[in-house]
Amino acid sequence: MAARINNQEINNQQFQMASLVSHPDEVKVVSRRFGQGATDIDRYLALDGYKAVQKALSMKPDDIITQVKESGLRGRGGAGFNAGLKWSFVPKQSAKPKYILCNGDESEPGTCKDRLIFEHDPHSVIEGVMIAGIAVGSHTGYIYIRGEYRYLSVIMQKAIRDAYAKGFLGKNIFGSGYDFDVYWHGGAGAYEVGEESALMESLEGKRGIPRIRPPFPAVVGLWGGPTVINNAETLASVPHIILGGADWYAKLGTPKNGGTRLFCLSGHLVKPGVYELPMGYNLKKMIYEVGGGIPNGRALKAVVPGGSSTPVLTVDEIDIPMDFDSVGKAGSMLGSGGVVVLDDTTCIVKFALRTMKFYRHESCGWCIPCREGTDWLEKTLTRFHNGGGLKKDIDNIQYLAENMLGRTFCPLGDAAAMPTIAFVKKFRKEFEDHLEGRPCPFEKAGAELAAV
Amino acid sequence: MKFSDEFESRFAEMLTHYPTKRSALVPTLLYAQDEIGHLSDEVIAELARRVDLTELEVRNVISYYSMLTTKPRGKYNVQVCTNIACMLRGGEELLDHCKKKLDVGHKGTTGDGMFTLEEVECIGACSWAPAVQVNYDFHENLTTDKLDKVLDEYKKKGTQ
Repeated sequence: MAARINNQEINNQQFQMASLVSHPDEVKVVSRRFGQGATDIDRYLALDGYKAVQKALSMKPDDIITQVKESGLRGRGGAGFNAGLKWSFVPKQSAKPKYILCNGDESEPGTCKDRLIFEHDPHSVIEGVMIAGIAVGSHTGYIYIRGEYRYLSVIMQKAIRDAYAKGFLGKNIFGSGYDFDVYWHGGAGAYEVGEESALMESLEGKRGIPRIRPPFPAVVGLWGGPTVINNAETLASVPHIILGGADWYAKLGTPKNGGTRLFCLSGHLVKPGVYELPMGYNLKKMIYEVGGGIPNGRALKAVVPGGSSTPVLTVDEIDIPMDFDSVGKAGSMLGSGGVVVLDDTTCIVKFALRTMKFYRHESCGWCIPCREGTDWLEKTLTRFHNGGGLKKDIDNIQYLAENMLGRTFCPLGDAAAMPTIAFVKKFRKEFEDHLEGRPCPFEKAGAELAAV
Repeated sequence: MKFSDEFESRFAEMLTHYPTKRSALVPTLLYAQDEIGHLSDEVIAELARRVDLTELEVRNVISYYSMLTTKPRGKYNVQVCTNIACMLRGGEELLDHCKKKLDVGHKGTTGDGMFTLEEVECIGACSWAPAVQVNYDFHENLTTDKLDKVLDEYKKKGTQ
């Protein structure tokens, strides 16, 4: 009996939507239309939909870029680069077509926010893509959604069809004389494709291996044309900035970190969920008040503040504002907004091992330091967790990880190395507790550990 | 090689979206796999012909993407996430439970062809962990009891 998936059935199915949460400290901008039925285009229009793109059509392209730049909107995919500045790198004149590429390949462990945007407000992404296109003089946009999110692809494909049916996409949009097309594109399971150059390779129908830079995508991107690549949340924020103004948006956050962002709270929390909070919201408060604190009377042990690739923070390091610069100053990264909370029953060695197992699985093998480094680190950590570690291994783990940093085409190598270095540096004692045949102190007695 | 009308119209439309034919390849492979069950030699040859690539080039792409498979799977692909957020909330226990209940290991298929079990990386359900995806359906905030009910439902649906 072979698996046969009926896509017609998927199209007609009522999906069980991911549950929404709320907290009084939330400031709803990108999540404003969540739970409001805005997948329906008429409902979206009633909720101020497609007003921003019409405003953008009446603006000078450079003014759109200036607005986005001054709003302090920074890349929500993790790198945190000023979105308007990124747009300004696209050359005005280009012999080849320019493209907008929306990155909806969300797959950084700890991150589940773009999913809610596609589920509840797909038109805001389309509108953001259109505005980006008008700003840089592009006429084509692609919205790439990871393969696992099939139900969201169904929602997005319908949203695009509805926008065409209304004449919002295609030739002469809103009677402006400007043509703009938006297409859906789907992945088929690959974390690395979330990296911008690998994303372009994947869209071009190839293995998702990274490209060397320079040239940067803004100059040479999809099929050699200048390409703006932004995360789905970044693009969904753009219409709100155009309507509300750069000042309003900037003031929601902290200096140089405009607006709000979706924080995905997960792990050992009483109330995990996706919350939209102002940039700069205090991490400790986020854990104890918004997330409801640690369940079962346990104590907090550590926090991974921005998805699995960001260095872990200890209990003493969490009284910080959650914006790109402050978390950077604390030695980690705001990343993709995935806040993973660990209580004191968690074995850090095991957590480090699971993180490394992921990166080993996802490494495409193009760059040797990443391919070999992740493999050796996974093997070492597996042996370590089983009690077969030696004292010199601890330094060796750190040495291996440090030598992966900055030596790969794409940041996957760094993403694997950075958290590992932090685990060893900040929780060295826990590594020492596993040494020389001692079983993991956190494992239940009698538990079987995998052999290397 | 016969695909559904829906597949054909989607494929024809997608080709108009890109300047190169092969750009349609990755999503097309997944839709083809959905219909046929796996990417058989015949499917690979057909799609290679359609996008002007060699079969080897298509296989090269297939081997990169974790959702694509050249081997048949069961009717329902049970994908258990054990990545960090799910691990902290019992993802590994769910996987162990499935292994015992279905009596198969990672990527194994039950004798009746009903279920394939797969340990997968983050599926984007971190705030609703632990989570399992069966084919494309998400099942979240699971316990072993809840998962039993979910699997029983699929089994019932699959034997109808």
